[in-house]
Amino acid sequence: MFYREAGQFKTTYNADQAIFPISQDRWFVTAVVLFAFLGVPLLAGQYLFTEVLIPVLILAIAAIGLNILTGYCGQLSLGTGGFMAVGAYAAYNLALRLPELNIIVVFLLAGVMAMLVGLLFGLPSLRIKGFYLAVATLASQFFLEWAFARVKWFTNYAPSGSVAVGKIEFFGFPIETPMQKYLFVLTLVVVFALVAKNLVRSRIGRMWMATRDMDIAAEIIGIRPLTAKLSAFAISSFYIGVAGALWGFLRLGAWEPLAFDINRSFQVLFMIIIGGLGSILGSFLGAAFIVLTPIFLNQLPSWLGIPLSTAAISHIEFMVFGALIVFFLIIEPHGLARLWAIGKEKLRLWPFPY
Amino acid sequence: MSRKIQVFAVALVLGGAAFTAPALAQNEQFIPNLVYRTGAYAPNGIPFANGVADYYNLVNERDGGINGVKIVFEECDTGYATDRGVECYERLKGKGPTGAAYVIPLSTGITYALTEKAPVDKIPIISMGYGRADSRDGSVYQWNFPMVGTYWTAADIILQHIAKKEGGFDKLKGKKVALVYHDSPYGKEPITLLQKRASMHSFELMLLPVTHPGVEQKATWLQIRQNRPDYVLLWGWGVMNSTAIKEAVAVAYPREKMYGVWWSGAEPDVRPAEDGAKGYNAATLQHSAGQFKLHEDLKKFVYDKGKGVAKWDETGEVLYIRGVINAMLGVEGIRTAQEKYGKKPMTGEQVRWGLENLNLTAARIKQLGFEGVLQPIKLSCSDHEGARTGRIQTWDGKNWKITSDWYTGDDSVIGPLVKETAAKYAAEKKITPVTCPAS
Repeated sequence: MFYREAGQFKTTYNADQAIFPISQDRWFVTAVVLFAFLGVPLLAGQYLFTEVLIPVLILAIAAIGLNILTGYCGQLSLGTGGFMAVGAYAAYNLALRLPELNIIVVFLLAGVMAMLVGLLFGLPSLRIKGFYLAVATLASQFFLEWAFARVKWFTNYAPSGSVAVGKIEFFGFPIETPMQKYLFVLTLVVVFALVAKNLVRSRIGRMWMATRDMDIAAEIIGIRPLTAKLSAFAISSFYIGVAGALWGFLRLGAWEPLAFDINRSFQVLFMIIIGGLGSILGSFLGAAFIVLTPIFLNQLPSWLGIPLSTAAISHIEFMVFGALIVFFLIIEPHGLARLWAIGKEKLRLWPFPY
Repeated sequence: MSRKIQVFAVALVLGGAAFTAPALAQNEQFIPNLVYRTGAYAPNGIPFANGVADYYNLVNERDGGINGVKIVFEECDTGYATDRGVECYERLKGKGPTGAAYVIPLSTGITYALTEKAPVDKIPIISMGYGRADSRDGSVYQWNFPMVGTYWTAADIILQHIAKKEGGFDKLKGKKVALVYHDSPYGKEPITLLQKRASMHSFELMLLPVTHPGVEQKATWLQIRQNRPDYVLLWGWGVMNSTAIKEAVAVAYPREKMYGVWWSGAEPDVRPAEDGAKGYNAATLQHSAGQFKLHEDLKKFVYDKGKGVAKWDETGEVLYIRGVINAMLGVEGIRTAQEKYGKKPMTGEQVRWGLENLNLTAARIKQLGFEGVLQPIKLSCSDHEGARTGRIQTWDGKNWKITSDWYTGDDSVIGPLVKETAAKYAAEKKITPVTCPAS
């Protein structure tokens, strides 16, 4: 009834190619973004900022990054944690050694550094595919973790190998309170998501998707696999690197290589699988699902007033979380983003479905 | 199709329940308790958590709280993971009428992360026997309390013991000492001090990292078999300890030459290796195993009423006792704060003052029922450690037995290192150290 495009005529090419061709979608997304910028800071408490919103948003950037590589270009990667670590340690060293740099420049340069490393480890993708590539990227994960644990220069010779960041300023404004951090991350997320959305709709995105769907056919129609695959690796690593820098600076504050271990790689991979491969929206949904469900399950018994021992709560959390993953994959193998799309289809016919 | 949507909608509603926390009553002191009863480190985390919980219950049951202020505590399972630990801290820090009194992270990694948050939230961190070794410098780390011993103290005590056995520090010249450590901030902490001592007494230091969780150590012990170090120091936690001892048995490295830190010297570490662990040594965080005076009260007020969390037989174990001591130090910190600020629930800031001015004399320790277990502990603005003493204990196949006298960490070696590292940290983080009154 409300969600129909009847009467919305596209009279220009621009209108036809808009990100959200249906005006209801446009209004909805604008409202959500406006609410995130203006409403949430008024309503949310500190816990919501630091443990719910900031981690979800940062990991959403990482998920978008991996989605570009795996979801759009079809190159399976298990090195996400390692590339996040590159971003985090690059940002740490830049901030430490060049304190006059603006923090946004630090984060972007950290992304560039991750991009270079990503390019290097993306080279094998020109020769190997599928599971074999996954194993090759796994090697990058272990190598990078090892490097940050062993090469003392990266951690500024900290005796324990753990690094801590100082106060962060953005053009003279301190980024200290959870709300300031949230707004900073949110701004970056909006920009990065918009850029990613446009990238995947553009020539380069179509190049990736052609390579994903059938690389030989893509080559025959004139797409160079080298450019397609390496550009996907580069841009994906850039996103992941920035996410890693944000994770270190705005989420953890102090970290050790263990914060970016293989589990982080799996976590981000599960996000895009649950959220939806080849979907920007799916990256957000997946990040929210993977980050929030365990926290939610962990607190549910105390909200409901069920007295359970701490250990029992943790065990139940693991079991229910696992069961939920299986459940969602069974009802919709294409991820939460696909569920959302089905929901929209239904909404068009509501309340008179045929 | 529509079934899918319905199912999804139900899931969303379930997931959308509000993120709110229930309120607590007024005359209560809330203490969060970060524990790990699950995960790879649970065998060691559980007894510690039980000890902490039982002591709080004892204070409530026996004394009706701290000067009439009841202790309310809530556990949150971190699984030893830093990000979950931070989440737990954020979840619990604001509870109770005055917020969290203090936080016990029970993980060096979580301690590092919370060190950045404590000054903002004004909640002191009690990291008894772990955490950053340089955080004992209270002028830089105002909110950290690595009470009773840091890793540098532990390493120094073990080296002193080894030197004594060899006949003096000068006899260490040319010897080989290997450090098998958990490859995390926890395991890396002692390296600085060991390197300093190695250059002072010209012994050779071998560094052998073991990756988390530490079940795979074949390569490490192969290196030990090849190089035959004179002593092996073990800086492990959880399953890594028992694995290390089993591997030592496999490569026939004498257990008598192995010295663990106090986190590698509990029952779960040696029992899996059975007879193989016989002769293995560990430093103590002052206390060892075995029940003592306090257990009479624990029995009477907690266990006989059926309120104990552990099994009665387990209350004499090393890590359980450590939990009890940790809780006692926190409670005494609150009590000290109450003397200054009044007998009501304390804020984190007030507890910080209480901890910094904590002074447990021998008489007070006896009164609390810890005689023979603890030595006097006195903190000050410049010294958040409070005591630097420890003994060596040895596993005889059945029990831990104290096998040495008291050693005191040599502050002429540790002190300058603390100053140097703390100053570096302060410079990196742009912290202005507070000036401590000369004591």
